[in-house]
Amino acid sequence: MSQRTVVIASRVGLHARPASLFTQAVAASGALVTMGKPGEPSMDASSILMVMALGIGHGEEVVLESEDDGVLDQLATLLETDLDAE
Amino acid sequence: MSTQNAFLQGVGVGRGAVWGPVATVRPAPVVPADEPFPADLAAAKEKVLAAFSDVAAGLRAQAEGASATVADVLTATAQMADDPALRTQTGQRIDKGEPPLHALVAVIDSFAVMFTAAGGYLAERVTDLNSVRDRVVARYQGLPEPGVPPLDRPAVIVAPDLSPADTAALDLEKVLGIVIERGGPTGHTAIIAGQLGLPCVVRATGASSLVDGDIIAVDAANGTVTLDPDDATKAAVETRRAGLATLAEATEDGATADGHRIALLANIGTAEDAERLTDVAVEGVGLFRTEVLFLGAATAPTEDDQARVYARALSALGGRKLVLRTLDAGADKPLAFVTQEGEENPALGVRGFRLVRHAEGLLRTQLEAVTRAAKETGGTPWVMAPMIATVEEARQFAAMAREAGIQTVGVMVEVPAAALRARDILAEVDFVSLGTNDLAQYTMAADRLLGSLVDLLDAWQPAVLDLVAATAAAGVETGKPVGVCGESAADPIMALLLTGLGITSLSMSPSALPAVRFALSRHSLETCRAIGEVARQAPTAAEARAAGLALVDPQVREILALG
Repeated sequence: MSQRTVVIASRVGLHARPASLFTQAVAASGALVTMGKPGEPSMDASSILMVMALGIGHGEEVVLESEDDGVLDQLATLLETDLDAE
Repeated sequence: MSTQNAFLQGVGVGRGAVWGPVATVRPAPVVPADEPFPADLAAAKEKVLAAFSDVAAGLRAQAEGASATVADVLTATAQMADDPALRTQTGQRIDKGEPPLHALVAVIDSFAVMFTAAGGYLAERVTDLNSVRDRVVARYQGLPEPGVPPLDRPAVIVAPDLSPADTAALDLEKVLGIVIERGGPTGHTAIIAGQLGLPCVVRATGASSLVDGDIIAVDAANGTVTLDPDDATKAAVETRRAGLATLAEATEDGATADGHRIALLANIGTAEDAERLTDVAVEGVGLFRTEVLFLGAATAPTEDDQARVYARALSALGGRKLVLRTLDAGADKPLAFVTQEGEENPALGVRGFRLVRHAEGLLRTQLEAVTRAAKETGGTPWVMAPMIATVEEARQFAAMAREAGIQTVGVMVEVPAAALRARDILAEVDFVSLGTNDLAQYTMAADRLLGSLVDLLDAWQPAVLDLVAATAAAGVETGKPVGVCGESAADPIMALLLTGLGITSLSMSPSALPAVRFALSRHSLETCRAIGEVARQAPTAAEARAAGLALVDPQVREILALG
């Protein structure tokens, strides 16, 4: 199992459109990915409800976990982009 | 639209009207408390999960045909319906032996509780969660989808009530109007309908008896809903729709149908108000209430301060007309530095021009400030004094104003004494302006601030009309302008009557201008005169208005909803 710690770049945090784009990307990857705040239990990263419920704000850190390193890199890049600006 | 009896009576929002087919908003389905445990657990689970998928697919299909904003809302809701956590948790609960719909509701409610506790953006998503819940439950039960149905043709939305989410999901290109059974004239549905310009009737008791495909006519001006409107009612609706659209766009100067000119002016209180008129179709300002500068001040504003404000107003108006009224303080507008204490009856006390009796300097400073502003801007303001009762007062003011360098001098006619002797007053000044609110107060001996006496303060009171007519006649006789700057100028029927009496300008709040401009443009001067004659023969205010209204063009009555 690999991990990536990522800082959320979207100004609104991981809500609304950024959360929607992120969870869709997770689902599209087909990989099992979990996500959580550092030191807290992790959740299914493809669930928009779970991801939104984490309440992650702009500039906060999250930990991504998956067996698939390629998918992790791709998702980390996505979170480091301001998804609300596009 | 009185050709047919109304089917429903509610409270209208706006003046619009529309007719079309009904599209009912279906209520949320109910999960029975005694929901049975399914015999086949696996099949029941399968059915719930299929319902989730079907709802998501349905929302996505709906999003494809919708406008961008609505599509975003629908896509986000579809994603929730597809959410893996909802499915997994619902499946787990069913496996543990909960009836399927109870399991589904419990899972969604747990997210709703969490989102509500988080507040802010998440709390606002609870409506979307509930909408997913209602849709999936309905799907599972084989019921039609709850909420606003997808519209395949323009329709009138009919519902017990609309949630903000329902309202946001309305496809505005296809919604003709809204009828709701609950709500109120200040509720969110009414506010949104108002902003969108959609004809809307709220508190329409009995609206739930309407079914999809019923044809109804909605009249927001009268708050009525007519079932199966006949051709005459439909034609009346079309007239109102087309008329309201054109009158909002008209910008021409005020004139009767046969070209008799009536200046349409605005009432303002500050230089900022004048600046806001830049893009408004208005010929100028008929009343600049300068007391706003003085009210709330501990000492009188200096000549410099005043000159700056008047210059700003003149510049903002460019070459357009500006009628400035000198300080009207006292009575309900007391000033710290000038109002006499111990007046038992201030409405009849030292107010308006009467302040000159003990504070002449105040008026002289103001007149100097106006002259300076006029010189600086190249403008030519007209200046008038409030609360003139006698010829001597008019003469005294005219002398002071001309001495200060004002070219066009006038007085307000708002005391019956001045109206009755308007011819003599006009011999002293260049113009007069009727303040119908104070004129009604002093004619009817009724405090204009008392809501309980509002019937007495009606500008249609025959005695008030007589005084207005006497003043207008003096203007016609002397060939000098007589304007009206009270609220009555904003009443389209009264505006026609005033024109018929020989009034030369009407000044009102800018929002009232389009309706008055439109009414004038649809009547000849001869009709206006006839309205004046029949109204003045009536013995009561209500009969005077009714007599005038009877001569108003039916199409204008329909479009302006003059009942």
